[in-house]
Amino acid sequence: MLQFSDATRQQALALIEKYPRKSAAIIPLLHLAQKEFGWISEEAELAVAQLLDVPVVSVREVSGFYFMFHKHPPGRYHLQVCHNISCSLLGAETILDWIREHLGIESGQTTPDGLFSVERMECLACCDRAPAMLINDELHVHLTRDKLAALVEERRRQAPPPEPHPTDNHESMET
Amino acid sequence: MPQISLVSKNFQYPDQVELQAALSRGAWEQWKRVLAEKIPPAAIIEEVKAAKLRGQGGAGFPTGVKWGFVPKDSPKPKYLCVNADEGEPGTFKDRAILENDPHLMLEGVAITCYAVGIHTAFVYMRGEFYQPQRVMEKAIREATEAGLLGKNIQGSGFDLDVIVHMGAGAYICGEETALLNSLEGWKGWPRLKPPFPAVVGAFGCPTVINNVETMAGVPHIMRLGAAEFQKLGTEKDGGTKLFAISGHVAKPGVYEMTMGSSLKELIYDVAGGLPGGRRLKAVIPGGSSAPVLKADEIDVPLEFEAMAAAGTMLGSGAVIVLDETVSIPEVFMVTARFYAHESCGQCTQCREGCTWIYKISKKILAGHGQPSDLDLMLDLADNMNGKTVCPLGAAMALPTIGFLKKFPHEFLALMKS
Ligand SMILES: Cc1cc2nc3c(=O)[nH]c(=O)nc-3n(C[C@H](O)[C@H](O)[C@H](O)COP(=O)(O)O)c2cc1C
Repeated sequence: MLQFSDATRQQALALIEKYPRKSAAIIPLLHLAQKEFGWISEEAELAVAQLLDVPVVSVREVSGFYFMFHKHPPGRYHLQVCHNISCSLLGAETILDWIREHLGIESGQTTPDGLFSVERMECLACCDRAPAMLINDELHVHLTRDKLAALVEERRRQAPPPEPHPTDNHESMET
Repeated sequence: MPQISLVSKNFQYPDQVELQAALSRGAWEQWKRVLAEKIPPAAIIEEVKAAKLRGQGGAGFPTGVKWGFVPKDSPKPKYLCVNADEGEPGTFKDRAILENDPHLMLEGVAITCYAVGIHTAFVYMRGEFYQPQRVMEKAIREATEAGLLGKNIQGSGFDLDVIVHMGAGAYICGEETALLNSLEGWKGWPRLKPPFPAVVGAFGCPTVINNVETMAGVPHIMRLGAAEFQKLGTEKDGGTKLFAISGHVAKPGVYEMTMGSSLKELIYDVAGGLPGGRRLKAVIPGGSSAPVLKADEIDVPLEFEAMAAAGTMLGSGAVIVLDETVSIPEVFMVTARFYAHESCGQCTQCREGCTWIYKISKKILAGHGQPSDLDLMLDLADNMNGKTVCPLGAAMALPTIGFLKKFPHEFLALMKS
């Protein structure tokens, strides 16, 4: 069974204290779980439910509803490209094209070495610096194909030797 | 020039996020004055009413009036939720406050809580706001250490905890009752109203929900006085407003304007007009939910009533400029894709309607549309406009009607027969 590290457990208990009702800590604890395990597996949901003493379905309903909780392991570098109005006016699709051409992945997919995954995302609230994307928790703006190439190269160099990716590519959530 | 620096005055200083620097520029002075002079809470509510401050989250509800709905004699605790979920496409003004002047917002939060008798405030921030979260959490820590928040503030006996609560990627959680459900640990499904949050809100208790920018206006009302603040705007919309302008303009960004300045001035005089000598085709004036304006319709005052009279809305103050090269059916598809992705699924009309409209818009772009598709989309829009638990359905219906009625020829041109 999946266990939180002691440090995360302490953090979780402190978080629970802040709320008038334990269940309010479900989302904060799912964030902690994702930070620790990289994604939200069924075991992670169970670990959160046990810490909060709530039924696991209460956790599952929440993790299923919110877009940020990964239902599959993302790549080490998760690229989230805004494709909303201002970003698409200023070239978001050319950014996604570059990713398809050079990394061979479409929204919802991960490179075979597990290094990069990509997802289309909705407005990031920085339309004045379009096109924009997140790489994990860093915001990158005024993107061009060259700038993206440099960002990807930099991360390739920083990354430790590749491990095989734990799951196959899955279909995008897009309708 | 109708530009003005009030809320945005200190955005230019990179060190404004630090408490000491912010204090040196007058941050927290009004909060200290409120406590030192023991200003009666009711007097603050009256001041905010008289200042004609209106909610800056999109709906424009008078802020002081909203505070007045909170029952005074409730035995339950009361809560403030600051809406920092900023997800309406085109909107990025709250990010500017959160990242550049967190103490201004926090001072507004403190004064609001004191006026309404609240001891716990949640800042509900969208999950993707990593940098705003870092800035806000540090600001709260510094303000608490300096005795401006926390227990027995400045020896007044007043306690206030401010907690940053991160969402997890759902536009719907910006809707105030979805926000409450999300805060409580549920999926973000909006609630039926009534009861209104002021009476039954977070955790079943009376709750005030206000936008980040609304909070940032409060210290300025206390500093200037209601009359001065109101006069910066119009009779019904006091003060100033932050506009976020993006798309095809030379200088995209956040600009603060007096209420009632014109949309045309904002685009041409403030944001530098369109780059490359291109001509204007259309403007989405208040976030993606606002019906589009054609190039010859933009001489309209930026103010809630005037925008409504022009058949659109001021909304969140997010202006997206579209030049002559833009394909309206494409912008429409991107808009529909957003609402199809973000509909929470609770109401059938919205869940199905947004998805159908998105699919039809894609079909038209692929060259497989037929003229009757336009009527079908208008029919779907009508089915959800004002007929759902929350206004997300309307937020898809209104731009649908706007784009299809104002630019039918662009859609028809994509149809073969
Ligand atoms: C679908 C939807 C999304 C919304 N998103 C936001 C948002 O991101 N931020 C916000 O302040 N208000 C948002 N609102 C408006 C809120 O419901 C509410 O009116 C506002 O937070 C009240 O604060 P104010 O009176 O200070 O504007 C949204 C409304 C709807 C229907």
